[in-house]
Amino acid sequence: MIQFDQIGKSYGTVRALDDVSMTVETGQILGLLGPNGAGKTTAMKIITCYMPPTSGRVTVDGIDVVEDPLAVRRKVGYLPEHNPLYLDMGVSDYLRFCGRLHGLEAAALPVAIDRAIERCGLKEYRNRFIGQLSKGYRQRVGLAQAIIHDPQVLILDEPTTGLDPNQIIEIRKLIRDIGAEKTVILSTHIMQEVQATCSRMVIINRGRIVADDTPEQLRARMTGAGSHILEVQGHPEGAARLLNERLPLREVIDHSAPGGDTSRFELHGDPGDDLRERLFRFCVEQDWTLLELARSQTSLEDVFRQLTAEDGKEAA
Amino acid sequence: MNAILAIYRRELQSYFNSPMAYMFLSVFLLLTGWFYFSSFFLAGQADIRGALELIPLLFVFFAPALTMRLISEEKRTGTLELIVTYPITDGQLILGKYLAALTLLVVAILGTSSYTLTAAMLGNLDGGVTMTGYLGMILMGAAYTSIGMYASSLTDNQFVGFVLGIAFTLALFLMDKVLFFVPTALVGFFEFLSIDAHYHSMIRGVIDTRDLVYYFSLIALGIVLASRSLARRKWS
Repeated sequence: MIQFDQIGKSYGTVRALDDVSMTVETGQILGLLGPNGAGKTTAMKIITCYMPPTSGRVTVDGIDVVEDPLAVRRKVGYLPEHNPLYLDMGVSDYLRFCGRLHGLEAAALPVAIDRAIERCGLKEYRNRFIGQLSKGYRQRVGLAQAIIHDPQVLILDEPTTGLDPNQIIEIRKLIRDIGAEKTVILSTHIMQEVQATCSRMVIINRGRIVADDTPEQLRARMTGAGSHILEVQGHPEGAARLLNERLPLREVIDHSAPGGDTSRFELHGDPGDDLRERLFRFCVEQDWTLLELARSQTSLEDVFRQLTAEDGKEAA
Repeated sequence: MNAILAIYRRELQSYFNSPMAYMFLSVFLLLTGWFYFSSFFLAGQADIRGALELIPLLFVFFAPALTMRLISEEKRTGTLELIVTYPITDGQLILGKYLAALTLLVVAILGTSSYTLTAAMLGNLDGGVTMTGYLGMILMGAAYTSIGMYASSLTDNQFVGFVLGIAFTLALFLMDKVLFFVPTALVGFFEFLSIDAHYHSMIRGVIDTRDLVYYFSLIALGIVLASRSLARRKWS
């Protein structure tokens, strides 16, 4: 369990974190979101005892990061943003080194190394030099390093940056597996990542928490835009005008591809409206061939943009 | 203790995994070999003092070469950011690194013993003076290494670490060679600060506590300053 109590952190005159309070329970995978420079990495560096907060108190399992940093570090596994590794070391050599630094006994060391290698799918690579590995496999080594001492808390700073789509899926699965029994905080600015892995999401902007909820709740909380997508065969005469006149719409945007065989419209009604049935009947009435009809959901991207942009305007 | 040992092993491994250690040892032994024997046969005396006299200047360049990447490289690649979040203290990290660099330097110094043995076989070498001379070399080298490591902790560029290291050690080396510019009252003080003044009495066969205190203080100073410089991350 991690507790942030009114944390502030300043770099000189720059305020990186401002009165941040939150509690992360065991078994939670928390996604920390925010634009670049919002304070995500700063928050992580405080939990990992890289540096102390300027004000406030952070505890991991009840232990204060300033009072007993070594005890906190024993509980925490950390994968920093750019996944720094010693490229001149072999994979298992490196993990042995990390295990020793974490104070693992000589007898426990081989077991811990095998377990980390197994979990991160590095079996065939255990004797390779890290410098020879591809980016995806290096990321696995970084994760293996973070779990070598079986920590209670995992801090992952942008764990999937720079990976190809297949690697991203594998790393996410790994994080979900590990996260089942531990407390995980991962930072990202990719929304799908939160949707795919996290049970809770905290959005920070300019050092402050602007939202804290499950991804589903956050999406639901944002008023649905009440917009629909409609695609019909051919180019019916005056379709856009007819839609606008006959249905309770605020705006009709024509997205038809120039020279295409179909017409595509984005229809904005009142927030929360569901016009699918009426749209279907209307198409039948007009004898249009309906190709596609969908009600578009607010995506997490919208939520994110809304929350971080509003705050930006306020501050400006 | 285990943490220091783990750091120490990794650091030594990294020296020997790169050409660094081999280059360092071979160039050092080549140069010292030349110092030992260039005048040896001309003078016709089994005396290694001439060679030992040159060591302080040689260390000005060799010690920073050994320490230049010790911390700067980890700053550059970001591995330092990770390693300081392991359950070890900054002091343990610095000490492990220092001992690894020192080991390589001691290996290099002991490597010159083949020259000394050759000299001993050809003539009558004073065993006691030779021993104190080697002790002096190791102590002085240890002080150089510590200062060099501090230089490395100030930058994330190993070349800057090298140049800074030379600047620091050269300053200590020149301390008693610029006495001409120093007010008479301070001459003694500057002489005491000079890194090789203490060495000279040792290669003459004298072990003075003041010399030991000087070298151990310098070693401690380098280690403490380097740990401080790592701790700067906490209040930047």
